[in-house]
Amino acid sequence: MDPFSESLTLATGLVAHLDPNLVSIVSLSLRVSVTATLIAAVIGLPLGAAIAVGRFKGRRVLTVFVNSMMGLPPVVLGLVVYLMLSRAGPLGRFGILFTPEAMIVAQALLIIPIIAALSRQIMADAWSEYREQLVSLGAGTLSAALTLIWDTRFSLITVLLAGFGRAIAEVGAVMIVGGNINGVTRVMTTTIALETSKGDLPLALALGLVLIAIVLVVNAAAQYVRGWARVRYG
Amino acid sequence: MVEPREASGLPITCRGCEVARDGVRLVSAVDLTIERGTFTTILGPNGAGKSTLLRLLHGLVAPSSGTLRWGGSERRPRGQAMVFQHAVLLRRSAAANVRYALALAGVRGAPADARIDDALAEVGLRSIGNRSARFLSGGERQRLAIARAWALRPEVLFLDEPTASLDPKATRAVEDIVRVIHERGTTIVMTTHNLAQARRLAQDVVYLQEGRMIEQSPAREFFVSPRTPEAAAFMEGERL
Repeated sequence: MDPFSESLTLATGLVAHLDPNLVSIVSLSLRVSVTATLIAAVIGLPLGAAIAVGRFKGRRVLTVFVNSMMGLPPVVLGLVVYLMLSRAGPLGRFGILFTPEAMIVAQALLIIPIIAALSRQIMADAWSEYREQLVSLGAGTLSAALTLIWDTRFSLITVLLAGFGRAIAEVGAVMIVGGNINGVTRVMTTTIALETSKGDLPLALALGLVLIAIVLVVNAAAQYVRGWARVRYG
Repeated sequence: MVEPREASGLPITCRGCEVARDGVRLVSAVDLTIERGTFTTILGPNGAGKSTLLRLLHGLVAPSSGTLRWGGSERRPRGQAMVFQHAVLLRRSAAANVRYALALAGVRGAPADARIDDALAEVGLRSIGNRSARFLSGGERQRLAIARAWALRPEVLFLDEPTASLDPKATRAVEDIVRVIHERGTTIVMTTHNLAQARRLAQDVVYLQEGRMIEQSPAREFFVSPRTPEAAAFMEGERL
């Protein structure tokens, strides 16, 4: 049996037998990325709605900034968060560097621009359709923004899933701020990078399989939700 | 009769109003008065500025010059509603669309339920109140938009070519509903380029052409002997 087939067989075994180490790493990855996505949603969706609906000074600059931040290299973001959270940094007193909380902060910051920019586009399109009607009905800016979020919710779920996919597949930032500490901050992507460099391919492959499965399930869920919503609500 | 909820927004008076955007005059020389209980049709060929004038009177666009007052106030009153040419409906049920408008107006709970039921019954949509608004036919969508506006018990109802994309049967249904709403005391201001429809419904006619207000006359006079050659040409079918 060639090395790849052998590693794949061992990896499949790890997944099939729910290897405790594998389960622990996957659980931490999911906890970190789901929490980061929720935090990013709470900040990113209102931000996207505000840019789409609001008419305030600096709106265009903010739009350009948010769009640009979508392309921010994760390692650069990781470095900035590291400096902020390090003992000498402005947020060092919280003592969360090299903890899952630091990884949540890094992932949330990474995907806030993605959620804000994509949701802004969706809500701006809806706003161009709804604006006169909502103004005619007497909706204020906040009320209009909430209406847009609710009415585009199924498209926004896809945006959140895209953000989650980006967060869970990210390696650079969480490696820097988490430190890849065994049993504490070791997530799927950082483990894959480490185990591959060590030559322990079965665990890396097993995590790769799980990661691909998660991404597939997330995308399938996004498609299903959109299809269901189209049939149910038009 | 409609009970105004606050200081009346009638009459609507427009003196020397002009609407310009990016240096282009969309509507100019508007001098008109909308009195309580009237049914005014804004008539004119395509591109005459009818929709812009309607939006001006509803307060959706501000005049670039001139004075616009609702019941003597420069502040747009709440007791108005508008139905757009292409009904804008939210992604929720027909009843929920009406409920949304009522909630914005501060009407909730049992009073809202009663108004939703009444309004949907009025336009013949009570049986499909739970259906998604996005799946309604063109005629049903327009009737729902009218129900949503009517549920607000507006003092003035603005309608922007509400039957422009409807077949004759749906058109007649919408006209009947609008007529009933007017008979119950709501002031109606409606745009159309359909002469026959204006003849059927209007008490007053405002004629627009190329962004200029040409005349405002009682419908009876307008259709028998228009005051201006432009309106006469329109009636002859030379400008459509």
